Amino acid sequence: MSSILVFVEATNGKLKRSSIELLQAAARSGQKTMALAFGSVAASVAAECATNGAAEVHLMSDAKLDQYNSELFVAALAEIAKKLNPKVFLASASSSAKDAFPRLAARLGAGVVSDATEIQLSANGAQVKKPLYAGKCFVEAEFQNAAIQIVLVRANQIPITAVAAGAGTVVEHALPALDLKTILQEVVKGTSQKLDLSEANIIISGGRGLKEAGNFKLLNELADVLGATVGASRAVVDAGWVGHDMQVGQTGKTVAPTLYIAVGLSGAIQHLAGMSGSKVIVAINNDANAPIFQKATYGIVGDLFEVVPKLTEEFRKVLGR
Amino acid sequence: MKIFVCVKQVPDTETKLKIKPDASGIEVAGIKWVLNPYDEYAVEEAIKIREINPGSQIHVITVGPKERVVESLRTALAMGADEAIVIHSAEATDAYVTAKALSSVIKSEGSADLVLTGKLSIDSNQSSVSQMVAEFLQIPHASVVSKLQLTDRSVQADRDVEGGSKEKIQFELPALIAANKGLNTPRYASLPGIMKAKKKLIKEIDISTLRISDSDKKVVYKNYSLPAEKPAVKMIAGDAATQSQELVKLLRDEAKAL
Repeated sequence: MSSILVFVEATNGKLKRSSIELLQAAARSGQKTMALAFGSVAASVAAECATNGAAEVHLMSDAKLDQYNSELFVAALAEIAKKLNPKVFLASASSSAKDAFPRLAARLGAGVVSDATEIQLSANGAQVKKPLYAGKCFVEAEFQNAAIQIVLVRANQIPITAVAAGAGTVVEHALPALDLKTILQEVVKGTSQKLDLSEANIIISGGRGLKEAGNFKLLNELADVLGATVGASRAVVDAGWVGHDMQVGQTGKTVAPTLYIAVGLSGAIQHLAGMSGSKVIVAINNDANAPIFQKATYGIVGDLFEVVPKLTEEFRKVLGR
Repeated sequence: MKIFVCVKQVPDTETKLKIKPDASGIEVAGIKWVLNPYDEYAVEEAIKIREINPGSQIHVITVGPKERVVESLRTALAMGADEAIVIHSAEATDAYVTAKALSSVIKSEGSADLVLTGKLSIDSNQSSVSQMVAEFLQIPHASVVSKLQLTDRSVQADRDVEGGSKEKIQFELPALIAANKGLNTPRYASLPGIMKAKKKLIKEIDISTLRISDSDKKVVYKNYSLPAEKPAVKMIAGDAATQSQELVKLLRDEAKAL
């Protein structure tokens, strides 16, 4: 049996969906499943880790870890990795994990595969599938001579079911002493209350067909009804209508939600690469020849300024919101 | 100030990929190669820093088959970089070996005050090399940076994280910064810049001379495949009200996406 360590993250005192996905994947593999949680919230998610299959829950409850600091996180992760020596170290491909784990890999002589979309875990370690070119193609990534196999997995890729609970034995660890060179001065919160594009289960993206920045409010209204996050094409980001954090595509975010609704965007190849992994794709466009229809599950040719408000109304009725 | 900019040559974003018959990689014939878009921000930032700190030297550096990848170095030189180094590697490497090679050459070239990179290469989508280079050089780093301020040796960086939030980070040089879109607007190379870049001598270093071997690779890619073909789109006809009703019904009952 090999051991799998899952770095878990929480919001509002609950495990993120992506962390539950990884714990369950590890538990289902029959390998020894260990969870690792950081910060003052750590102890409060220990029980949830056990419910999702963790035999051991390792905590570094130091409040210094409440906010991300690359130097501190890498030192803390290295300390734990050396102590527990897992065969596989999993984390979701969050912005903290994507920052820290490659540096950790360099420090430990470990291998790291980022943005995995499929993962098989066994006594031999991890077999991973990941997109390249933002999803234009896929590869199987194999580890060799890696002290530890680190895999950062995209959110919403692994189904959540019920798994046999683990013992959840809690082990507390002390944060190693460190003379920090990196100082986090403050975190300026984004205005959005929505899930990040990389975590969203429903995404509504707008393109140039919206004609002007103000018309994004049509998408925001629909998003509010659906609990969706709003994205955008590169064209409208470059035009300054919305921020780069909203861009979907090869030079923006690669996403794979359950439902992707593309509104007034033609589907440039670099946009299609970034979203074609979505399970169900809806395209709304006035041009029946737009490339987006080739990737879509359902297509509506029509005037978005008529269709979107009607659609919002219809969803509101059906969902009772 | 001595600045190193690590760059990578990648297929243009408009490229349609084909897989080799033995699934060992992509067909490179016919691909239009460009400087990785995020690396353009890194090169531009280096030039802006040199404008404020006259006398600074910008070295661009890349790893790959030299015959091809020198073009991306020429692009960076044409934009305004001073010197260029290609670490020749015929075979595909992984992030670990790439970072080892880059950091080893940066050290042997007299170390950097500042290393700039793109936050990710749009081909392998790893976002790993930057942080690994920083680790091998034992310097602090900030990734996904959309704002950078240098005051003497002090660095202030805004790092983009989930939901449009920004982490404001501070540290001292030497350090590594991985650029995100938004950091600046990369300039186009001027005609004189392009002419000058063509004549510039590019330093060549063979990766084998760096005492890095193939067995240092930690990750290998196998069995390349294209995404599964999508079934044909189901078009929904009618006026806007009918289309909306039909779509919601299909999403709920057929696709079970709600």
